[in-house]
Amino acid sequence: MLRTLLPASTILCAILLPLTGHAARLDELKSLNLELPSSDMTFPDGAGADAMNGNCLACHSADHMLNQPTLPRKVWEEVVDKMINAYKAPITPQDAATVVDYLARTKGTM
Amino acid sequence: MQNRDVLVRRMTRRLLLGAAGMGGLALLPAPARAEETVDLRVPGGPSTRPITTAYAQKGRMILQRTSPPWLETPFEVFDKGVFTPNHQHYVSWHWANFPSEIDVDKFRLTVRGHVNQTLSLSTKDILHGLPRVELAAVSQCAGNSRTYMQPRVPGAQWANGSMSNAFWTGVRLKDVLDRAGVKPGALQVRFGGLDEPVVSDAPKFMKSLAIDHARDGEVMIAFGMNGEQLQLLNGFPLKLIVPGWCAVYWVKMLNDIEVLDQPDTNYWTVTGYRVPDTPHNTVNPGRTGFKLVPVTRNFPRSFITNIRSGDAVPVGTPAQARGIAFGGNCGVARVDLSIDSGKSWQPTQLGRDEGEYGFRQWQTQFTLPSRGEHTLMIRCTNTNGEAQPDFPVWNPAGYMRNTIESSHVVAA
Repeated sequence: MLRTLLPASTILCAILLPLTGHAARLDELKSLNLELPSSDMTFPDGAGADAMNGNCLACHSADHMLNQPTLPRKVWEEVVDKMINAYKAPITPQDAATVVDYLARTKGTM
Repeated sequence: MQNRDVLVRRMTRRLLLGAAGMGGLALLPAPARAEETVDLRVPGGPSTRPITTAYAQKGRMILQRTSPPWLETPFEVFDKGVFTPNHQHYVSWHWANFPSEIDVDKFRLTVRGHVNQTLSLSTKDILHGLPRVELAAVSQCAGNSRTYMQPRVPGAQWANGSMSNAFWTGVRLKDVLDRAGVKPGALQVRFGGLDEPVVSDAPKFMKSLAIDHARDGEVMIAFGMNGEQLQLLNGFPLKLIVPGWCAVYWVKMLNDIEVLDQPDTNYWTVTGYRVPDTPHNTVNPGRTGFKLVPVTRNFPRSFITNIRSGDAVPVGTPAQARGIAFGGNCGVARVDLSIDSGKSWQPTQLGRDEGEYGFRQWQTQFTLPSRGEHTLMIRCTNTNGEAQPDFPVWNPAGYMRNTIESSHVVAA
């Protein structure tokens, strides 16, 4: 993807913007009641997808995992250990093994 | 990919529903087309992310994770000025369980623990009962740029946009602590917010500062960013600002301050967010047995914001380069540009100093002498004399990357 950079002479106005927002005085805060997006995305089908959906999505949406790089199986084991031991994910040993298998299969390196 | 498409469609639908109820909020950017994505140019991938406009009070953001939200500032925003607009200030939460409705009349900030008197402060007490302070400061996630580490590491796959600069308005933490009266023997001050773990016995997110740091007169309890009240996703109504330190310390929706006379032993203080105790927190991949220490301060960084890798630059003609830099825990002393892969460096002109903890713009002209590929590099040296390293910063958790950035351009 090639974009063409214009010569400097054509962009004479250096964009060194002055501070625009020097505090208008904030005298009171206004309560907020907002709606935030949620996700009902599930993990791609395949062996172990049920264990992934059942154990991972309570704390974070599936895009957390889908955006991860491929990693060695050992690193995925460490990640699942961290979820269980540090973040107290209530995952049975059997499901933990299934989750590691799924991660190593879909996001694994040789 | 199919799942992601579903997600984007769903979020677009929500956006439309949400927009109907937000008629009072003017100047919201036009809704993103459902298929709009950004290519973060991640070696090994995944490289593309959706652009979302579905989050309350936020404009176009890079969707790194839907829930709990990780929303990255699109990089082109950094070319427009040193203050990141609130609607594009990046967002990062650890736990999904935080309120989206906050009644400022009911909200209280508690100050307790090793103090003479426990305080329960309303937002009015904060806004009207204490001296105001203001400063510019960059909030940067310790994991900013993690996705560019090689070998890759797990965690939020941030590109370079989990950082934002704002002009913060608030009160000194010191003044609040003095009002409570810190007792002799206090060691640390621990901060908690309204966010709670989803799993009941999981560690609540909290961070601590040493008592002297907490009382240094710079650490701030902010209620304003860029002249407006804080955005919900950036910590409304109150947020701890720790100038020069990683954003993990900048506790959002701050409602609990506890003065401790014993060392804090909570997970996030002693176990999470740790790096090798080595120069530049860097180790060779695969090495084990090093000591780990908590992330603390920021390091100097700089970026070219008007030229990207792959751009064509006219040969033999002066071209302009510009961008941003920050010193980390002090100001920017100088920013230097190299057009020959780091063999030689030329100084750049710095823009107005808006505060030592904030972004500083830089600009210069350069002329590429010959046709073909050239590598531009940009290097910040801070006012403590610390320069960005020219080697890859790497550690197993992917924190504190501040390697000199390179852009590969073609002169034609």
